[in-house]
Amino acid sequence: MDHFSEAPIPRFPSPLARALRFMPLAPVSLALTRLTRNMATRHASMFRRLGEHADARFLLDPTDLPVTLCLEPMQGRPKITLYRSPPQADARIAGPLAALIGLVHGAYDGDALFFSRDLVIEGDTAAALALRNAVDDAELDIATEIENLSGPFARPLHKLIELAERRTGVALTRHEEDLLW
Amino acid sequence: MVMEIVCPAGTPAALRAAVKAGAHTIYCGFADETNARNFPGLNFSREEMAEGIAFAHARGSKVLIAINTFPRAGSENLWHAAVSDAETAGADAVILADMGLLAYAANNHPNLRRHLSVQAAAANAEVINFYGAEFGIKRVVLPRVLSVQEITAINKETDIETEVFVFGGLCVMAEGRCSLSSYATGLSPNMNGVCSPASHVEYIEDGGALSAKLGGYTIHSVGEGEPAPYPTLCKGCFNAGDKSGHLFEDPVSLNAEQLIPQLAKAGVTALKIEGRQRSRSYVAQVVKNFRAAVEAVDAGRPLPEGMMARLSEGQAVTTGAYKKTWR
Repeated sequence: MDHFSEAPIPRFPSPLARALRFMPLAPVSLALTRLTRNMATRHASMFRRLGEHADARFLLDPTDLPVTLCLEPMQGRPKITLYRSPPQADARIAGPLAALIGLVHGAYDGDALFFSRDLVIEGDTAAALALRNAVDDAELDIATEIENLSGPFARPLHKLIELAERRTGVALTRHEEDLLW
Repeated sequence: MVMEIVCPAGTPAALRAAVKAGAHTIYCGFADETNARNFPGLNFSREEMAEGIAFAHARGSKVLIAINTFPRAGSENLWHAAVSDAETAGADAVILADMGLLAYAANNHPNLRRHLSVQAAAANAEVINFYGAEFGIKRVVLPRVLSVQEITAINKETDIETEVFVFGGLCVMAEGRCSLSSYATGLSPNMNGVCSPASHVEYIEDGGALSAKLGGYTIHSVGEGEPAPYPTLCKGCFNAGDKSGHLFEDPVSLNAEQLIPQLAKAGVTALKIEGRQRSRSYVAQVVKNFRAAVEAVDAGRPLPEGMMARLSEGQAVTTGAYKKTWR
């Protein structure tokens, strides 16, 4: 955990980001929606924690990518839609992709990223806070969720993700807190 | 004897992280206005609380439940139910502030250990002994307005355990009596469990400058690259005539790590970390650091290297009132 929280936040490589401008948004949106719905079945309490904000529209904006994600929790049947230009939303949470993924995996503290201005929050602050707290409590591991949908490719994919994590310094998986005492 | 680390947990995941990181004790609250961190997405259902306590007890940690707001007339049942549910869930103690609620707990749940919350603002031995004699409190959380010398004086005159804040957000107003937040939002920490609530917070970024607003009022504005502020009224930066400055206090965090040996000598039993609104990452990092620090002090070793500036509000730290100086 300390490894990620103390090191500078990696930025997505610009040439790759430029290439993503040509990414077809509809199929990726569908795949991300499926992934998120899968997570929702295993982490129902995450959506309960959103409380009155369970119908809000959240704009997750990786500032080093040419796309933004609109997350609609829809009372536990979440939907993700990718946009090239940010649409209207209740709250916007923006920062480097590595910071957003690291927040999900508990590698970073949201307040610390906000104080250092690595993270920007706009719009409904209470909704953004509820989402941050709900995700933090869910102890999600995006890599494991993707592997669960990958059938026979799960094991090689796991090795690939581990390698990418070591090479990029991005917290692509959830790291258990060390059992020190 | 190693000083007790009392660590915050706003969610079950943070509680588990605290236990694994070495917290002796974790404090948390129910998901309603009975505790002073009633924030969106935070706190514990009754079921989550019972599970969290079982998890902590299985690993040798204790759990305290903060029921430290002030009951509203006509709605006392909400606070009474919280005390009763805390005992049912197996809490090691409840942290209370209101005298009526202390009396209720002492009369109806005599076997449930009672701690006096910082919200009660008990800042001298006489009042602490009064709470001990009348309501049987076993520990007091001291307000963040006392110097080490004053804490020493208190401990000489009372047998009640003392717990002091060592890390996290500062609140140096007369705690439990501050209504600043109410003026801008209608909601206060004492009655509603929220100071400067997120529902009334707005951030506006304009060409690199960031304005932080509370209830429509600009509380602080910073330039590009400066640490982002949370618009807590007492930590605002205001303009008056041709001057601008922090009126009440600077937006910095408390870090009394270097004072742990002095606090131990002053007779303090437990060291409290603020931050139930923070992530499990914060909890794990701060607990690991403070656990290492108290182990070092107990073993007579030098304190580990300084830490955690990045985690702090304003990205700057202070020893607060423990070492009073003029500026």
